[in-house]
Amino acid sequence: MSSRSAILEGIRENKPASRPLPTMPPDPPRPSTEAWEAAFREVLTASKTSFIQPRELAALVRDPAYRTVVSTLPDAAGNLDVRAIDDPLQLAGVDLAVLEARIGVAENGAMWVSETESLHRVLPFITQHLVLVLDRKNLVGTMHEAYRRVKIDATGFGVFIAGPSKTADIEQSLVIGAHGPRSLVVCLRD
Amino acid sequence: MSHAKRAAEFLLDEDRTDWHDQSLWHVRSKRDGSIAGIPEWEALRQLGSDIKDNVLGNLDAYLEQFEEKARANGVIVHWARDAAEHNAIVHGVLEKHGVDRIVKSKSMLTEECHLNEYLAGRGVKVVDTDLGERIIQLKKEPPSHIVMPAIHLKKEEIGALFHEQLGTDEGASDPQYLTEAARQHLREKFLAAKAAITGVNFAIADTGGIVVCTNEGNADMGVHLAPVQIHCMGIEKIIPRAEHLGVFTRLLGRSATGQPITIYTSHHHRPKPGGEMHVVIVDNGRTRQLGREDFRNSLKCIRCGACMNTCPIYRRSGGHSYDHTIPGPIGSILSPGIDLKKHGDLAFASTLCGSCSDVCPVKIDIHDQLYKWRQVVSEEGHLTNAKRLPLLGAGKALRHNGLYNFMGKAARVALKLAPRMAVYNRFNAWGKSRELPESPEESFKDWHARQQKDNA
Repeated sequence: MSSRSAILEGIRENKPASRPLPTMPPDPPRPSTEAWEAAFREVLTASKTSFIQPRELAALVRDPAYRTVVSTLPDAAGNLDVRAIDDPLQLAGVDLAVLEARIGVAENGAMWVSETESLHRVLPFITQHLVLVLDRKNLVGTMHEAYRRVKIDATGFGVFIAGPSKTADIEQSLVIGAHGPRSLVVCLRD
Repeated sequence: MSHAKRAAEFLLDEDRTDWHDQSLWHVRSKRDGSIAGIPEWEALRQLGSDIKDNVLGNLDAYLEQFEEKARANGVIVHWARDAAEHNAIVHGVLEKHGVDRIVKSKSMLTEECHLNEYLAGRGVKVVDTDLGERIIQLKKEPPSHIVMPAIHLKKEEIGALFHEQLGTDEGASDPQYLTEAARQHLREKFLAAKAAITGVNFAIADTGGIVVCTNEGNADMGVHLAPVQIHCMGIEKIIPRAEHLGVFTRLLGRSATGQPITIYTSHHHRPKPGGEMHVVIVDNGRTRQLGREDFRNSLKCIRCGACMNTCPIYRRSGGHSYDHTIPGPIGSILSPGIDLKKHGDLAFASTLCGSCSDVCPVKIDIHDQLYKWRQVVSEEGHLTNAKRLPLLGAGKALRHNGLYNFMGKAARVALKLAPRMAVYNRFNAWGKSRELPESPEESFKDWHARQQKDNA
């Protein structure tokens, strides 16, 4: 017997009687958009994320502190065209990436970035610094709502990002910039 | 060696014990703070528990559905009955691609299967990339916690280790500095790896995809750079639909470390262009556990570690004292099912206070199961004499009224007269670290009878 059949047969012999799937509860009453944005900012600030205005973007991508800049925003272009790159290893030198996020979640600051937005899956992780640009109208309340809005298998890869890369593996001391970006900046636009 | 003996070794260093206890309690407190912001927390736990109940009753169907969808997505799905088969499958994939160095993000399943040792024996270099995992890998130790693998180590010890192995400055122990050194060291490994292995937090039956949660971004650095990605999962990681991720992502981060969500929640559905994606579905004793009515709920676990952080025994005995891949309360109800003789004593590494069950995000009745395992251990004859003989005596006294009264009286007299040596000696394990209270003049029974008479 194949392992597949053996495992499935073992489950059938041993599993308990089926219990119904619970129905998902309705969303809590929708607060004002301002309240959501305030919550979103507060939780992201707590996880060491900062915010900028859309008009500041153009200056940011020109900041000489960032030598290699990738941007998918036409009005704040970078100096490296990722569309021309095949091998993700060639992204190892990216200092700053400016990408769009599709959805933002007020309760935890998570933002959905799929490979459609990032072009290369590794880009939001390998870049030294990350800027995510999010439309205000795409803020939702909780993860429940987020998963109704995002079709997770529409692309081969998608990620919720809720701050810069971090670790607390040494004596519970928070250190920002474990393997991924050393900073995360969020730009909310109308 | 028993848990009690290993715990006694840990306890020799009193300062370290206190520090360990406080570090974990700090994480538990952060958890409390973060759930305070979710008024519907208890309803959310119930939802998580109910979804997992449904999964256990339909596990076969969900796994088949997952496999079908994943295959349609271009994912290669493997099935492994046990650890040996899992390791052979992973090695087979690596061999096919001629891979001799891989990066691995945290996966308790691959720890359980001892994959690293297996691959090392076949000439494959495995680098663990989670910072805590890398630390203990360099130190050649197993993890002591499932979320914070190096929680038992002080920064000075990690500094000395990094100085020796990674060439950091001697005496340097600043976490920021050490983390930066690890970042540089591991970035090289990410760029050189030809295959990446991760664990799986959730596998979605409905979409055939898997979800991996990290804070460091190490799983993604590995998977997206290496041409071959392999995700190893226990059969119980399945959830029915994408919408259920809403429940579990809300529960996981808050329960684990008090974060509203992990920094990265990555959803993998198809291989990258030109790449290959494998999922290995592993049983390794889980179907057996599914058949144990009293213990099957342990398979609902989402590996947040909250039960460890809250456990008064875990906090004061350290993860290594459990001598099992998954330590703490949840490990103590999983491991006896794997090897009762070896791990049966873990059922006694508990005060049965129930705090583990209270914090469990999927409402596993952990302390009830610990109590039930104790009975199994006793019935199967695995109790040590130090436990068995006193329990036999106590059982007899508690069954016979006259004997009970006599023993009580005798003890009250004897405890007053006996020299300390007669009570606190090597035959009395209980008295090793405890003092008996002052023995009362009369028993409660006598006192109660007197009250009744006086009030009459």
